Amino acid sequence: MQHVAVPHAQPQQRQFNPYSENGGTILAIAGANFSVIAGDTRQSEGYSIQTRYAPKVFRLTDKAVLATNGFAADGNMFVKKVRQRLEWYRHAHAKDMPLRAIARLIQTMLYARRFFPYYVYNILGGIEEDGSGAVYSFDPVGSYEREACRAAGAASSLVQPFLDNQIYFKNQTPAPGTTHPAHLPLSHVLSLVIDSFTSATERHIEVGDGLEIYVVLAKGSALQGLDAIQGLSELTTTDDGERMFVIRRNLKRD
Amino acid sequence: MDHFPLSWGRPRNDAVDAYGTFPIQQRPNHGQDTFSSGIQHTQQPIVTGTSVLAIKFKDGIMMAADNLASYGSLARFRDIKRLHAVGEHTVIGAGGDMGDFQYIQSIMDELMIDEFAAQDGHALGPAEVHNYLSELMYARRSKMDPLWNAILVGGFKDGQRFLAFVDLLGTTYSASTLATGYGAHIAQPLLRRAVEGREDTLDAAEAEKIIEQSMQVLFYRDARSLDKYQIATITAEGVKISESRKLETSWSFAEGIRGYGAQTQ
Repeated sequence: MQHVAVPHAQPQQRQFNPYSENGGTILAIAGANFSVIAGDTRQSEGYSIQTRYAPKVFRLTDKAVLATNGFAADGNMFVKKVRQRLEWYRHAHAKDMPLRAIARLIQTMLYARRFFPYYVYNILGGIEEDGSGAVYSFDPVGSYEREACRAAGAASSLVQPFLDNQIYFKNQTPAPGTTHPAHLPLSHVLSLVIDSFTSATERHIEVGDGLEIYVVLAKGSALQGLDAIQGLSELTTTDDGERMFVIRRNLKRD
Repeated sequence: MDHFPLSWGRPRNDAVDAYGTFPIQQRPNHGQDTFSSGIQHTQQPIVTGTSVLAIKFKDGIMMAADNLASYGSLARFRDIKRLHAVGEHTVIGAGGDMGDFQYIQSIMDELMIDEFAAQDGHALGPAEVHNYLSELMYARRSKMDPLWNAILVGGFKDGQRFLAFVDLLGTTYSASTLATGYGAHIAQPLLRRAVEGREDTLDAAEAEKIIEQSMQVLFYRDARSLDKYQIATITAEGVKISESRKLETSWSFAEGIRGYGAQTQ
């Protein structure tokens, strides 16, 4: 065999891509004394459905819920690490971390990985210490803000404009002598969430299968018709006053 | 091999070319660290296994994989075992790089020995094995040095069935039917149609038939597959991995195909 001298040739390397995109959509809406955080349960890669039930909305404490969307492996690992930090906080201070502190913790944890980011969009929802409903949204490297509503993930470009119109009343002029309400009632918010996901399921192939809606109620607030809803179960574990519920529904599977 | 010491990289002391008689800009390969290629992180799969299939049934989990390890398009090793028992309650089955999988097997064997040696009255079940593997796979992908596999973990412990997936990215999920590689495209729809909604009524014989038919379709359609395969059954009785068996196939339909081979008419 003849040797062909290739001077100083570096070995050929095909770059390994450590990321993937697993579809799905999440959204959260804050009310005056409640917060609603929802996500579909389909997990996909390309045109393949990996599973019809992979949760991406997670209970952190009795007053905080985290929804993650993007690369599922990063999302699960991130939630695991946030929960570990919250457990340490609980052991150190004998109480659950306040929502705004969780939000800052998440920003710090995300930014710590600025140069190898968690490829995940996070939305944190829950009840603030003053009893108001809150939503915090994050980008993958930790930029965050408190908002009244936010959609993220595959169908965010379909859902967010709908929420802008229905929650912030963008492009709507109030009838003469009236103003738009600052906060919507819970039953109205739940209808908007369900409509958002059924519509996203119709128009986006990566959204569907199942819907999980978490509802967090502030201390001392009434059920506001929540008990009449089908598929509801309560998740409250402490007697701090805040109550947490989840509503599970089906979405189209095609 | 470059036999010129001065081309090996930056001299480590002045004993080498103390007076700089060999100007840096004239050295071949200057500016490059000769040793940078010493650590190879990223790779590509070399000797590969194809699909693994698994379904839930009434009494537990059934999993199947063929016995082929390919070298590109060459059917290189025809008696490779791609299903591996981990302890008394779990089976793992892998597609992807078989070298990496055999390394994973050795890690799992070692883990089970360590757990046994503890003699604490606890045994690792399929859920623990799957979580261990997902942490391992995610840690390796985060080092940009992945174990190039897609793995199914099936098991039965404390009256609970368990079936889940983990791959080289650390992605995990669970469902009543799972398939890796080509099987995710070809066999998964067949498995879903046969199993979904009937997980609690299918008996072992029916489950075996579903698996067998899917393996047959895969052998017809997947050019990197083999008609020799094994089935693992995990139930309350424990783990059973069958001997290699042969698929029944019929190629008589090929006679009816016109337009490809040499035909007289």
